[in-house]
Amino acid sequence: MKIYADNAATTPMSRAALDAMIPCLEKLYGNPSSLYAIGQEAKEVLERAREEIAAVIGAQPREITFTSGGSEADNQALLSAAALGQRRGKRHIISTAFEHHAVLHTLKKLEQEGFEVTLLPVHENGIVDVDELAAAIRPDTCLVSVMYANNEIGTIQPIREIGALCRSRGVLFHTDAVQAMGHLPIDVNAEQIDMLSASAHKFHGPKGVGFLYARRGVALTNVIEGGAQERGKRAGTENVPGIAAMAAALRESEANRERDAAHTAAIRDRLIAALAEIPHSALNGDAARRLPGNVNFCFEGIEGESLLLLLDDRGISASSGSACTSGSLDPSHVLLAIGRPHDVAHGSLRLSLGADVTEEEADYIARSVAEVVAYLRSFSPVWRDLTAGKTPFLL
Amino acid sequence: MALYSEKVMDHFRNPRNVGVIEDANAVGQVGNAKCGDIMKMYLKIEDGIIQDVKFETFGCGSAIASSSMATELIKGKPVSEAMKLTNKAVTEALDGLPAHKLHCSVLAEEAIQAALEDYRSRGGEI
Ligand SMILES: Cc1ncc(COP(=O)(O)O)c(C=O)c1O
Ligand SMILES: [Zn+2]
Repeated sequence: MKIYADNAATTPMSRAALDAMIPCLEKLYGNPSSLYAIGQEAKEVLERAREEIAAVIGAQPREITFTSGGSEADNQALLSAAALGQRRGKRHIISTAFEHHAVLHTLKKLEQEGFEVTLLPVHENGIVDVDELAAAIRPDTCLVSVMYANNEIGTIQPIREIGALCRSRGVLFHTDAVQAMGHLPIDVNAEQIDMLSASAHKFHGPKGVGFLYARRGVALTNVIEGGAQERGKRAGTENVPGIAAMAAALRESEANRERDAAHTAAIRDRLIAALAEIPHSALNGDAARRLPGNVNFCFEGIEGESLLLLLDDRGISASSGSACTSGSLDPSHVLLAIGRPHDVAHGSLRLSLGADVTEEEADYIARSVAEVVAYLRSFSPVWRDLTAGKTPFLL
Repeated sequence: MALYSEKVMDHFRNPRNVGVIEDANAVGQVGNAKCGDIMKMYLKIEDGIIQDVKFETFGCGSAIASSSMATELIKGKPVSEAMKLTNKAVTEALDGLPAHKLHCSVLAEEAIQAALEDYRSRGGEI
């Protein structure tokens, strides 16, 4: 059996996305800035894509800026909000401890430039407490950035409540919706979102393309200087094939969203129940408020990379937050943020399911994980000490 | 391109000398669960020769394969030779490791050193 269970890392392109992309590569190769016919046709494709994407999230087309992906959108959102804050003497930013590095590293850079950053805790369930956010907002707070759903543990944040709070306190609200877009219902007006980042390759579009939504009146700062594309806010000849494919992928994801989410969540819960049977294991993140396809567990006494390699041998593609998989000495900052000790965080496994997953596949995954975990424990000195009572079990 | 060489994957998938020696006279454990890899080596030394060796490892592919290869390199060898086993020799025998994975393999050399230290502290001659 071959099962791709790493859809949070990236997704395969859909037929609809490919069908939208290929004509742009073959025939509509014009530059949208050119005045002749094939240039203007490409421009039409670009603007239609903008309208379609805006419609999915309840935005106006002019509020959508195309970027090279989620990382660029995050960078631009934060740098723009910081520049706006700076102008009004507001240099305090609130975010969370478990954001993607595209946000955390940009915040580090802003700190070096004199901004003050408060990272809210995300607690054991991986969800921000809105009361804690309310208490953290100061007169000089210029931005709140909280991700829509976490990329490792899939927990969904109280975006609507955060949006209402920020609006009432007059603070800009950005959300990194890279993992949520196409998988959860998003309405920037109802949820009072001022800025939002998304990336096509997480919803069956191509890699290297994404968008930033910025509410009318929120002035963007250029990250890429040059030509006047994207109303002068993002230079560079537009990635027309990628953008057309992104729009097609998003439209299709949105059309199938409710059906796919219901199916995927049911399989997810079946898999979570099966994996919870493994002794000394624990689900990471809230069991209910999580992305439909996200399963994330820690297994005590084993290390994640060896688990991944042996699952790969069985045809299962997954990921882990262990230090050895990232090449750093620390395990995932997300698992540490929800309070998992280092020892346990090294033994983590993320399975992010696609909408085509079957019950049979989930059962095969559960069986394979149970077997591999038992095998790795059979020669783990950590497991030996735990079972001998020399060190206490943490899970 | 795979992450690891065929040799590494062979030792990772079919580790040699896995387990425990109940009457080992040299035991060494290095690493800690905080940084992600732990290795434990058990040696049975008789007449200055490593008659038997077994290992237990909590760690990544690099750590498991390195433990396995290291045990093969010292089994049946005089203690004096095992003393000189380097991480470089282990890595070369595995047809190399990715640069960011070398630090995991260093543990094999260190675990053997720790076991030999234990042997010496029990009065063994090296
Ligand atoms: C939450 C989150 N933000 C940002 C990104 C970065 O997106 P991209 O790969 O398109 O730059 C990712 C993708 O890994 C993500 O999961
Ligand atoms: Zn390692």
